[in-house]
Amino acid sequence: MSEQSAPGTGGTGRPSGRLLEVDDLRVEFRTRDGVAKVINGVTYHVDAGETLAVLGESGSGKSVTAQTVMGILDMPPGFVTGGQVRFHGKDMLTMSAEERRRIRGEGIAMIFQDSLSALNPVFTVGFQIAEQFRVRRGMSRADAKKRAIEMLDQVKIPNAKGRFSNYPHQFSGGMRQRAMIAMSLALDPEVLIADEPTTALDVTVQAQIMDLLGELQRERRMGMILITHDLGVVADVADRIAVMYAGRIVEEADVFDLYAKPAHPYTLGLLDSIPRLDEKGQELRTIKGLPPNLMNIPPGCPFNPRCPMAQPVCREKVPPLLQIGAGRASACHFAEELVNRD
Amino acid sequence: MTENILEVRDLVKHYPVTQGIVLKKTIGHVKAVDGVSFDLKAGETLGVVGESGCGKSTLSRVLMSLEKPTAGSVLYKGQDIATLSAGAMRRLRRQIQLVMQDPYTSLNPRMTVGDLIGEPFEIHPDVAPKGSRRGKVKELLDLVGLNPEHINRYPHQFSGGQRQRIGIARALALRPEIIICDEPVSALDVSIQAQVMNLLEKLQNELGLSYVFIAHDLSVVRHLSDRVAVMYLGKIVEIGTEDEIYERPTHPYTQALLSAVPVPDPTLRDSKAIIRLTGDVPSPISPPSGCRFRTRCWKAQDVCAEQVPLLEVRPGSDHPSACHFAEKREIVASHPA
Repeated sequence: MSEQSAPGTGGTGRPSGRLLEVDDLRVEFRTRDGVAKVINGVTYHVDAGETLAVLGESGSGKSVTAQTVMGILDMPPGFVTGGQVRFHGKDMLTMSAEERRRIRGEGIAMIFQDSLSALNPVFTVGFQIAEQFRVRRGMSRADAKKRAIEMLDQVKIPNAKGRFSNYPHQFSGGMRQRAMIAMSLALDPEVLIADEPTTALDVTVQAQIMDLLGELQRERRMGMILITHDLGVVADVADRIAVMYAGRIVEEADVFDLYAKPAHPYTLGLLDSIPRLDEKGQELRTIKGLPPNLMNIPPGCPFNPRCPMAQPVCREKVPPLLQIGAGRASACHFAEELVNRD
Repeated sequence: MTENILEVRDLVKHYPVTQGIVLKKTIGHVKAVDGVSFDLKAGETLGVVGESGCGKSTLSRVLMSLEKPTAGSVLYKGQDIATLSAGAMRRLRRQIQLVMQDPYTSLNPRMTVGDLIGEPFEIHPDVAPKGSRRGKVKELLDLVGLNPEHINRYPHQFSGGQRQRIGIARALALRPEIIICDEPVSALDVSIQAQVMNLLEKLQNELGLSYVFIAHDLSVVRHLSDRVAVMYLGKIVEIGTEDEIYERPTHPYTQALLSAVPVPDPTLRDSKAIIRLTGDVPSPISPPSGCRFRTRCWKAQDVCAEQVPLLEVRPGSDHPSACHFAEKREIVASHPA
């Protein structure tokens, strides 16, 4: 178990304004072809008003972690084999389905990447937002409609009243994402999980949506978990970053520390593979090889076959996520050397 | 002066919008590409950037002769490809090949890698006679950094980045002069993206290829391109060398686009002035009169609604820009040196 030393859990794991804590979570997918170990001990937390970015490439487990937190993981094939997800200190994984449902929407809400498939195409956008007020707040049809229009207005959809009775396909991509934000914020959640909220959008629209999310977050002092693979977006909005690789957190740090001095070779590799101005015409530095097959994760550090710094110890011992400074942790045997190099 | 291998003149591609099922009535046109001109020099990379719906993929389809242009012409080494005979057209197709965006859907899952890469030889048997094909495919696999032993595998046995390499090998099979890359790395993870970009650059140096590199990611385009064209709603709004576009952009749209790109450096968070565009891209069925960008532009004046700004070099600038009020503006758009 590595979580005693991870930042955030602070040894005792008791919250101090701590909204959501994921603690040594383990998830596997049991398929016909074998068992894929998708999450292998993930620990992170988010406090009120802060933005935690979960950074990782496809297959790193960042979305599966979020789905487990929300309780929308397909089970089977998914199985939670260990760990806790605590909301205000209470483990959600052992709660009754009824208790969990109450947290969803009001406690924790989620925005998805693909707004076209996340919205129901046969109901109007307005209906889908108003539905929550009727079911969860017991409002009348007319009141719910009024509240839904207010929500659409808050996410800056022009002519919210007229747009209420439009269907999702009548909205542009950016507007659909706004509608989804309105829907997820309708019940005033304390934590918002945004899973690649702007990946499907153009840059100018992406900037609008990220602005809107930041603004709403500040107003409501929400805790936000931003799941993304985009190092640019993260640099703009995150307070803290957790980098995931092969179902583990390999580095956790304050955003400024992480970009200035990454403490894990994977993070360093990611930052190095961004095309830079001063290296135009030169070969890009890359991370060699491919992410591991989750049904057959290599022994020792899962990153060792691709790591330029790998030593024999890396093939034998799994490096635990150890604290290496204030609010910083790295799961690399050579983290200290990496941070202290020039 | 290097020769132009491809010249595009006033290219227009409109798609009819119809109503009714039996008696189809045309009620309008989607003006996907609406008067685009540029040159591609031998051995260079021309980047084409723009947001979804700006017509960059339609442009690639017309360049590939997969679509007939509504008006305008594409000249390959000075010859209008619309006037070519069927035989000459078939020979031309060898010279222009396409690498597609999605390596998951662009490869037939029932064909082995050997068959996929070897298929172009069926149509152009003169490139590789029957007996030599397997050897040629293995050479191609080696060229794009895949194991030639994997010739009998199926696409699903490869990762996304490897599949994109298969797509590139297939485009190279007929030894083309021009490769049109339509978002070749946007479906890939960052670490894999860099590998594929390096491969594209290596191939260009070794084989002397010319690229039309279409993408929405401005930093990717900058890294690979010699010259860049920025498209908005079916038109090129600004074109110039990579330096001119990224360091001295003069069109408001280019400036907004560059400023909106998130910079992977948190210390620039507050020093970076982002130009916020409001609203969405208007419908290409009824684009705004005059300048198409005027509905989202902070500089728009009456003249912008009346007069279409020409793509030309204006005083105080060194490259063509289609704005009545083109002027330089500093944008912190890329990672500082």
